[in-house]
Amino acid sequence: MQLSAIPAVQPSAPVTSNDPVVQVRSICKTYGDIEALRNIDLEFSRGKLTTLLGPSGCGKTTLLKIIAGLVPANSGEIRVNGRAVTGPGPERAFVFQDFALMPWATVMRNVAFGLELRGVNAAERKRVATRYIEEVGLAGFEEKYPHELSGGMRQRVGIARAFAVNADVLLLDEPFSAVDEQNRRKFQEDLLRLVDLEKKTFIFVTHSIEEAVYVSDRIVLLSPRPGRISQVIDPKIDRSASPDDIRRDPGYLDTVEEIWDGLRHYVD
Amino acid sequence: MTSSVKLGNATGAHEAPVNVGQALSRMFDSKPFLWTIASLTLLFGAWEIAGLIPISIAFPTFSSTLVAFAQMVVDGSMVYAYFLTLQPLLLGVAVSAALGISLGIFMGLSRKAEWLIAPVFIVLQAAPMAALVPLVTFVYGIGLTAKTLAVIMLALPVIVLNSYKAVRHVNPSLVDMCRSFQGTRLQQIVKIIIPDASPVMFAGLRLGIAAGFIGVMLAELLITPTGVGDLITYHRSVANYAHMYAAVASIIVVSTVSLAGLQSFEARFLRPEKRKR
Ligand SMILES: Nc1ncnc2c1ncn2[C@@H]1O[C@H](COP(=O)(O)OP(=O)(O)O)[C@@H](O)[C@H]1O
Ligand SMILES: [Mg+2]
Repeated sequence: MQLSAIPAVQPSAPVTSNDPVVQVRSICKTYGDIEALRNIDLEFSRGKLTTLLGPSGCGKTTLLKIIAGLVPANSGEIRVNGRAVTGPGPERAFVFQDFALMPWATVMRNVAFGLELRGVNAAERKRVATRYIEEVGLAGFEEKYPHELSGGMRQRVGIARAFAVNADVLLLDEPFSAVDEQNRRKFQEDLLRLVDLEKKTFIFVTHSIEEAVYVSDRIVLLSPRPGRISQVIDPKIDRSASPDDIRRDPGYLDTVEEIWDGLRHYVD
Repeated sequence: MTSSVKLGNATGAHEAPVNVGQALSRMFDSKPFLWTIASLTLLFGAWEIAGLIPISIAFPTFSSTLVAFAQMVVDGSMVYAYFLTLQPLLLGVAVSAALGISLGIFMGLSRKAEWLIAPVFIVLQAAPMAALVPLVTFVYGIGLTAKTLAVIMLALPVIVLNSYKAVRHVNPSLVDMCRSFQGTRLQQIVKIIIPDASPVMFAGLRLGIAAGFIGVMLAELLITPTGVGDLITYHRSVANYAHMYAAVASIIVVSTVSLAGLQSFEARFLRPEKRKR
């Protein structure tokens, strides 16, 4: 299963070593007279997990929603697989900070909702949803309603829903911010497992430095308002080590320190 | 309904110092409807005692009211009265619900419609409708149309305004979610906006139906002496107080049962997660 999935990582498009799935070109965004983003240029490589990191209010959600096509930019362009996009599309799936689960629908229906909207038949929906419910560790909870789940489990539903539509790019907006610290670590480990398993491109937003360094192939540091790119960091960490060893890895600790130094002059 | 159950639970826990009391309280906790029965028994008991004292010669006991009710059912006068009263009520409520919810959703979705329609209903809701009910007679006489209009006048504004508020307060994150999975505008309305708005919409519908009952009773008491309103007026005029109270109580029961029915309809078809709570 996993072996056969590997050649399919880079579909049709010509494979280069740094093949960008998503390109962000000179994006600017203002809300009324609040300037949220100024001139953002970024590329996200296929199959990698890139984190947008920055203090609250620096425009991370705004940038992610512009990439998702949920919020229009004032100027600039978003390209996905080489094509300019102006709205949401099937190549991108979003995981919401507040989960955005339908309280009146079961876990099964919530996970299958993207497929339901596409008119996929009930049997196929159930088959696909069941697979992803299991993958995120919620087997047995199919018929539960969101209010019967913990915050962490609700976000697993949100992640399974995004996986179920088989998009190339997953956009995750602070998915673990409502999860307590102990479960957060478990979540980060599960996320790495899913990244490995699903071979997709992840764009991940967080304001936690440790979280960013732990999960990312690349970290984009945003400066406070107006949001600009202040630094791009590629953590060099041996991911094959155990979670505890990674958190003790000198590469991990140095990167955390480096980002702290980068952010220090904003904190004053 | 839920709140009365909760209230009962709290009292029960408080008043259970002995073992028998504790056992009783546990039994009540496991079967919430026992609280409803207990509460009704208390109410009817108090009514019976108040009637026996009596607090007024025009105040019958609960048991004589019950007997009067049975008499009116048997002689057919109660059945015929409801036949006359329920027609304008059902018609008026159906029109108000269909029109009110559609208008409300339309206003919730479109700013222009909001500017156009909302002020009208805000004024109508603030207006003392009871005073306007007699005016309907001038235009439509005293038939079914007049009674139906009275129901609509009272029920429609609250239904429209609640539906509109409900749609306006739909969770924007759910709408974004639907858009992010390329839901069409129609899917957005049917699969997200209406279910998310339905609790507030149904609250409006319940208020609207309660107002509809007021409307039909006002019409029957003020302008068109027919139906249950006439039953009340007639038995009052001949000093049949037990019969008068039976008619009044029956309309309260019918109104309560309709509202409870609406609530279970909502839980069953629109918000299934509420049933599990
Ligand atoms: N819908 C909106 N209307 C007005 N201002 C907004 C809106 N959304 C975000 N902002 C403002 O834009 C800035 C960036 O917000 P956001 O992207 O949510 O930041 P972050 O996700 O990094 O915390 C903030 O100052 C916020 O107040
Ligand atoms: Mg945010």
